Amino acid sequence: MTSSLRFSTLGTLKLPTQFTFLICGMISIILGILYVPLPFSFRLEKRLGKVFQLLPWRIAPPLIVFIVLIWAGAGRQIDVIGMLAQSLRLATPIGLGALAGILCERSGVINVAIEGMMLTAACTGFVAALYTQSIWLGLIIAVLSGGLTAALHAVLSIRFLVNQIISGMVLNILAIGITGFIRKAFIVDSPLPAPPVFPAWQIPVLSDLPLIGQVFFRNQPMEYALLILVPILHVLIFHTRWGLRTRAVGEHPQAADTLGVSVFKIRYINVIIAGLIAGLGGAWFSLETVGNFDDMMTEGKGFIALAAMIFGKWNPGGAFGGALLFGFADALQIKLQISGVQVPYQFLSMIPYLVTMIVLAGLIGRATPPAAEGVPFVKH
Amino acid sequence: MRGITKRFPGVVANDHVDFRLEKGEIHALLGENGSGKTTLMNILYGLYRPDEGQIFLNGTEVHLTSPKDAIAHGIGMVHQHFMLVPVMTVTENIILGNEVTRGGLFLDLKQAADRIRKLSEQYHLEVDPQALIQDLPVGIRQRVEILKALYRQSNGESKPKSSIWADILILDEPTAVLTPEESESLFRTLTSLAQQGKSIIFITHKLREVFHVANRITVLRNGRVVGTTTPMETTETQLATMMVGREVILTVEKNPLEFREEVSDRKPVLHVQDLQVVDDRGSVAVKGVSLDIYPGEILGIAGVQGNGQTELVEALTGLRKAIAGSIHINGIDMTHIIHSGYSGPRKIMEQGVAHIPEDRHTYGMVDSYPLTDNLVLNIYYQKPFARGIVRNQAAIEEHATRLVTEFDIRTPSIFIKAGNLSGGNQQKMVVAREFSRPIILLIAAQPTRGLDVGSIEFIHKQILQKRDQGCAVLLVSVDLDEILSLSDRIAVMYRGHILATVDAKEASREVLGLWMAGIK
Amino acid sequence: MVPIFREILIPILAVFTALILGAVLIEISGVSFIEAYRGLFEGMFGSRRALIETCVAATPYLLTGLAVAIGFQGGLFNIGAEGQFYMGALASVIVGYTVQGLPAWLHLPLALVVGAISGAVWGSIPGLLKARLGAHEVINTIMMNYIALKLVDYLVKNVFRDPAASMDRTPYILPTAQLPRMFGPDYRLHAGFLLALAAVVFTHWLLFKTTLGFEIRTVGANPGAARYAGMNVAGNIVLAMAMAGAMAGLAGVGEVLGLNHTLPAAFSAGYGFDAIAVALLAKSNPMGIIPSAFLWGGLRNGAGLMQVRTGISIDLISVIQALVIMFIAANQIVRWIYRIN
Repeated sequence: MTSSLRFSTLGTLKLPTQFTFLICGMISIILGILYVPLPFSFRLEKRLGKVFQLLPWRIAPPLIVFIVLIWAGAGRQIDVIGMLAQSLRLATPIGLGALAGILCERSGVINVAIEGMMLTAACTGFVAALYTQSIWLGLIIAVLSGGLTAALHAVLSIRFLVNQIISGMVLNILAIGITGFIRKAFIVDSPLPAPPVFPAWQIPVLSDLPLIGQVFFRNQPMEYALLILVPILHVLIFHTRWGLRTRAVGEHPQAADTLGVSVFKIRYINVIIAGLIAGLGGAWFSLETVGNFDDMMTEGKGFIALAAMIFGKWNPGGAFGGALLFGFADALQIKLQISGVQVPYQFLSMIPYLVTMIVLAGLIGRATPPAAEGVPFVKH
Repeated sequence: MRGITKRFPGVVANDHVDFRLEKGEIHALLGENGSGKTTLMNILYGLYRPDEGQIFLNGTEVHLTSPKDAIAHGIGMVHQHFMLVPVMTVTENIILGNEVTRGGLFLDLKQAADRIRKLSEQYHLEVDPQALIQDLPVGIRQRVEILKALYRQSNGESKPKSSIWADILILDEPTAVLTPEESESLFRTLTSLAQQGKSIIFITHKLREVFHVANRITVLRNGRVVGTTTPMETTETQLATMMVGREVILTVEKNPLEFREEVSDRKPVLHVQDLQVVDDRGSVAVKGVSLDIYPGEILGIAGVQGNGQTELVEALTGLRKAIAGSIHINGIDMTHIIHSGYSGPRKIMEQGVAHIPEDRHTYGMVDSYPLTDNLVLNIYYQKPFARGIVRNQAAIEEHATRLVTEFDIRTPSIFIKAGNLSGGNQQKMVVAREFSRPIILLIAAQPTRGLDVGSIEFIHKQILQKRDQGCAVLLVSVDLDEILSLSDRIAVMYRGHILATVDAKEASREVLGLWMAGIK
Repeated sequence: MVPIFREILIPILAVFTALILGAVLIEISGVSFIEAYRGLFEGMFGSRRALIETCVAATPYLLTGLAVAIGFQGGLFNIGAEGQFYMGALASVIVGYTVQGLPAWLHLPLALVVGAISGAVWGSIPGLLKARLGAHEVINTIMMNYIALKLVDYLVKNVFRDPAASMDRTPYILPTAQLPRMFGPDYRLHAGFLLALAAVVFTHWLLFKTTLGFEIRTVGANPGAARYAGMNVAGNIVLAMAMAGAMAGLAGVGEVLGLNHTLPAAFSAGYGFDAIAVALLAKSNPMGIIPSAFLWGGLRNGAGLMQVRTGISIDLISVIQALVIMFIAANQIVRWIYRIN
């Protein structure tokens, strides 16, 4: 049997399925052997340094993705570009949520309320867009309401020293209640027509590039926001004064405090900015994808975002990778549903959640959260 | 500082304290734990605000509402618990809050590192600016802390200084974590800093150091100033009396070791052979330790913190898996238990081993539990405290009532949450629980760290009493004085090895100090 | 006496404040809040039927609330009550209609036990992942809610579907597996209510009077101290999650064996999040679960009448509930509003 991978501009790649599996298997075995702590591989590792140590970690996810694609494509055609573009699209709310989580947790505040912030933003953004008939105003309201919800989380956990996980869950519950209430009161019976969703923007020149152009430069605004925010946050966290202070506050707030850095100020601002970013993620649901608001439409993406954040070891780039992985899992299950694989759709739609659990279980121990995470700072 | 008063719920930490620091002097602030030294300095550093009183710098009154203010007036502080972020570099730690930037936004780590290099040359405080704090030994970390303060004071050159510039350096118990050797080097640094015009406040409760380095001494007790004097005018005994408020016996009365001659014929209670243990970060922290402890003797393990003592104790008590080696308790082979790392603590305890853990909040107690539950924390399942799985509340309360009197635990009720007790009483609670059952081996790690003199005396007496009853004792302490005054034999741990073992009678502070620094 | 008064004063004020804020929301949507609240309270306890219905509604809250409270006592945040509820319901309905020819005294307990075990197994998986690998239970329990939902959906629609029914649901359970009604066929209150109360008392006894409970609570309060005391930390984490899962599973069992006698495919009742609210209001104390579950059951039950009379959506209750637990969690806000020191 063969698998065909279609790259729209590059043409179609036909691969014999079993042969490809064989090759991939051999690569995996070779990689495995290299990392068995044999004397010679020890020397090899030392000589090649850190890059080599990280190699399997870098190679494994794409390899798995590739193998899965071949498997899924067995006997049919798979549109690789389409899958990748779809993965990026579905990774967007997860990635934005993960960035929000990183900002919070780097400053020492656990944020399990990303789900609630996105849900609130999706709802208020849509109501605003509906009543003003302006999708841009909707986006602004979505972002602001994400920030507002985050501000509440900040006040509860920083000012009132509420357990941060409890505070986050309270906000999630509050978000479900309020959005359900708003939907019944303002959306369900509204005679106004739902505004159209954000269109895709083609970036001139860049969108014509083969492969890259189609995956990265023919997207809707939130995807671009994610693609821009990842490097910005990376620079912000690791190369600026603000980032240094944020990291210090998240690791050792007393140390920062004794040097005159205001722990409270840093935490408040980080949490609120995180809320604004989560607001963008919320807008993805109602303003960019569905064009409507449904109860609990975020479907746990805010929690999967936390897993992506842990996957990325609290680094924006890594979290983006994690989001892409989960986005791919989602794209894959949709693809499989459409292509009529003989597996019930309920099981396919479990894939993103299962992948999240597996990733989480496999990663812990490698990933160390900021040391002061979850510990309220008390000043005398 | 004049008339400084600071109250915390339930305590007056500083009660109308007057304190005067002259330019270029090294002023020792002496007092036992809880006497208010640190509180007073935290006020000077702007971390606490005083309820009453005034602070004058160069004769002008200042209001220090945050460390920022203090730093702006040239006051630097090295805290007892290091204020360093372990996962960040030396440079990042030093510039935090006073960052060198390009365009006010982006960090310029290169320029900062250069500046730190220059500074460390100027003051002879060698350190690699690119190193991560977590990879540095404690002695170097303290250097980084001192550089942190100096960096801010020199950094003032470029910016307009505050009109009131004090050049004060405060060090809170700086020698607690150092070897005698390192302490010496620190004192030399301080003296040279004082000669360059810095005024230094040196907080300590160790009398000997005061005579070594200070120009003047102020003694605090219960939040009040007892007096200010100079090393010339006073003696150790006088200072000790000032500190504690009564005559203190500086050396512990100890009965001579019984059956000394027969020791070699007797079986050791604890026999450890080539023990290897890894730490949390996966590196081998205990590298083949062998030791024997006989009934009725105290083996003291001295050493600078972080040389494997913690891991050794955790392995011996079953809290941490050992990767190699064997251990026998009272002749019974317990090797499989310390290797499995599973249900170890209970099996070892049931052999008659008591453990006073080095950090009672991590292992020794549950803050939110009442005294009653804490006093049966590890024997809750035994008779009479439980019948089957049903707990016997009456027996638990009776047990608590008895121990509270027997061990002089000061508490309004046995139902008080243990977290609300003072540190001394918490530690007495732990000791009481461990001593309340028949034991043949006591493993005590830092049993008196951070306690008041009364509690220290009490706990020392209890430990010696156990020894006299024939219990074998393994005493681990970073406090060389404690080791010297209690031990019958002394072993020094350095980088995971036992460097040497010596009879306490033949041990000298100087030799032990060299061993602690790895010099043999 | 006085401290006990203090203990309950804050929750009462929290509920009161939340109701005031709820009133503001009602007025915003153009309805008189007096009218709405009259409907709400009459629906809660305005009549014998309303009161009994409140008990019916409180039953699953008692058990799912316990599921979260047991987790909290063991230092775990169990957000998975929803999934555990479904797995319990699913198992009991399968036993309830497939096992035939058993007398009621055997069939009913069997269905109860199998349901509880099913919930316990589902709950212990995130417990195991936490104990062995350190994976955070908050994310895992949520993921397992979604997985349970989809699993039940598949099984009910495909494997255990009643071919005779027009909607997607399982066949009805046999009479031998049904929990008896307490006030005759006219009232829906069933013996599951008594079972839930018994579970509360049992949990209280287990947590506070036995060595097992002492171990669970010690692991929750200070895992280091638990290890020092020779307790099996990993085992107790799994045990606590299994117990929690069993309670949530029983809640699902009660709904199936006592009320619906079948399991429909689309059956999302949102017990997972409500259970957190119930447990927080009770401060994770099993006995506190009783008033807390009654309040929740009452609000849910009364909201129906409120909606019928004024058109205010039931979701308002979720808002009020969220506000209640927000004020409970941050009780300084309440203290500040009412100037209690």
